[in-house]
Amino acid sequence: MPKITYVAHDGVETVVDVAQDDTVMRGAVLNGIKGIVAQCGGGASCGTCHVYIDPENTKPLSQMHQVEDELLYFTACERKENSRLSCQIPVTEEQDGLVVHMPEKQL
Amino acid sequence: MAAGGGPARAGAGPPPRARPPPPRGPITLIGDEQAAPYQRPPLTKAYLAGETDLAGLVLRQDSYYDDHGIKLVRDERVIGVDRQARVAVLGCARTVGYDHLVFATGARPRPLPIPGAEHVLNLRTVADADAIRQRLDGQIGLDVVVIGGGFIGLEFAAVVRKLRHEVTVVEAQPQVMQRAVSAETAQHLVGRHRSEGVQILTGTGVAAVREGLVELTDGTVLVADLVVAGIGVIPNTEVAQRAGLTVDNGIVVDAHLGTADPRVYAVGDCARFASTHAGGLIRLESVQNATDQGTTVAAAIMGSAEPYTALPWFWSDQYDVKLQTAGLTNGHDRTVTVGDPSEGRFSVFCFKNDRLIGIEAYNRPIDFLMGRRILEGGNSLTPEIVAQPGFDLRASQQKAA
Repeated sequence: MPKITYVAHDGVETVVDVAQDDTVMRGAVLNGIKGIVAQCGGGASCGTCHVYIDPENTKPLSQMHQVEDELLYFTACERKENSRLSCQIPVTEEQDGLVVHMPEKQL
Repeated sequence: MAAGGGPARAGAGPPPRARPPPPRGPITLIGDEQAAPYQRPPLTKAYLAGETDLAGLVLRQDSYYDDHGIKLVRDERVIGVDRQARVAVLGCARTVGYDHLVFATGARPRPLPIPGAEHVLNLRTVADADAIRQRLDGQIGLDVVVIGGGFIGLEFAAVVRKLRHEVTVVEAQPQVMQRAVSAETAQHLVGRHRSEGVQILTGTGVAAVREGLVELTDGTVLVADLVVAGIGVIPNTEVAQRAGLTVDNGIVVDAHLGTADPRVYAVGDCARFASTHAGGLIRLESVQNATDQGTTVAAAIMGSAEPYTALPWFWSDQYDVKLQTAGLTNGHDRTVTVGDPSEGRFSVFCFKNDRLIGIEAYNRPIDFLMGRRILEGGNSLTPEIVAQPGFDLRASQQKAA
């Protein structure tokens, strides 16, 4: 299974196996990783699964749709160029090794 | 026992609101479904469409429960609670003792009070969704009748239409989603469904269901290979009631979600609580409410005195429409529509006594998110301000800030 690394705001890294076609958000929530809230459970409605993609990332990622783009203006922490909603990033073998950084807060 | 007498308590036990100490013991989660706790919203969306499976719905991996000292008891029902002895009694006659007890019993589909109701399927649980999927499996062009034009019925209709079946929605009220959204929003959703080829009949009830047929109260007879009903739910309050707790269309709780028994709480669809947003007792059926109330009660058990004040919000996906509501729009007496309905992107601002009480954002997530913020904080928007040509919620708040 593809491995995704979640880096907490304090720098602690957790590596998780994420099932094919699950999302980066689900990988965190299923394993109880703190730092991703996902109030709406992946409905692209709440903006509480915000992550920063690792600046060194070379893995291909899903395209950003308009809803995600708009939601990202309302995240609890600053939107940066590498901001994404992790519920909108499906995981396949191509994302194996992806590193995401979690913001200080989601609410 | 303290049956009757309103908030009277059993003679023994601590005085009201004297809080028991925070728990150190284990957490036991008892549910009557086979599956571990899972998300329900995708049941009418991705799960029904076959885009995800149960593993894609579960809230936590099995190991999470073990790792956090949470004991999951599945496929078991609590049939009674003895508040004096502080035990929950399971259907298998086993008992589980407690220091704190949370009713999170949810709700069940309201049964159809008509002949032939046994031919009708519901959609509430993963087992319900599986039964429907089985009936649709591998086929196209089936005649599907949906009884009830609420969120469940309409989301179901959208998915089944996409699976290339012929869909008719029957709603007894003059408008679909009458309880939940404004007439403007409802009209646009109806238009969207009709443009997809879904037939929506309003103002007519169902008289009877027979094998392969649905008879309406106006005499119309619809052919139906599958009939699914979504006509609302009944809160699961029987155990609470038998335990002597106050029940009135939900387990009645205060602003802290506590019952008159300081060790007993209720959350989610089964709880009728004192809402600052509604200005009275309400019962909400939404994911937001269930999760936020869970958080409040967990904090309360750990000693917090914070009341439940979360702003209600809701969303629905139908075709390419994302409808998001912030606040409670029920009871509005005036609406102002912003944006361009003809392009399928607009928001309906709902006012009551010239005060903004909620926003329905139809493919306008910015208005939804902005709306949540201003409704949480208090706002001075009036219908006149919102009705000004070119009004933009985000710009107006930046100016105000």
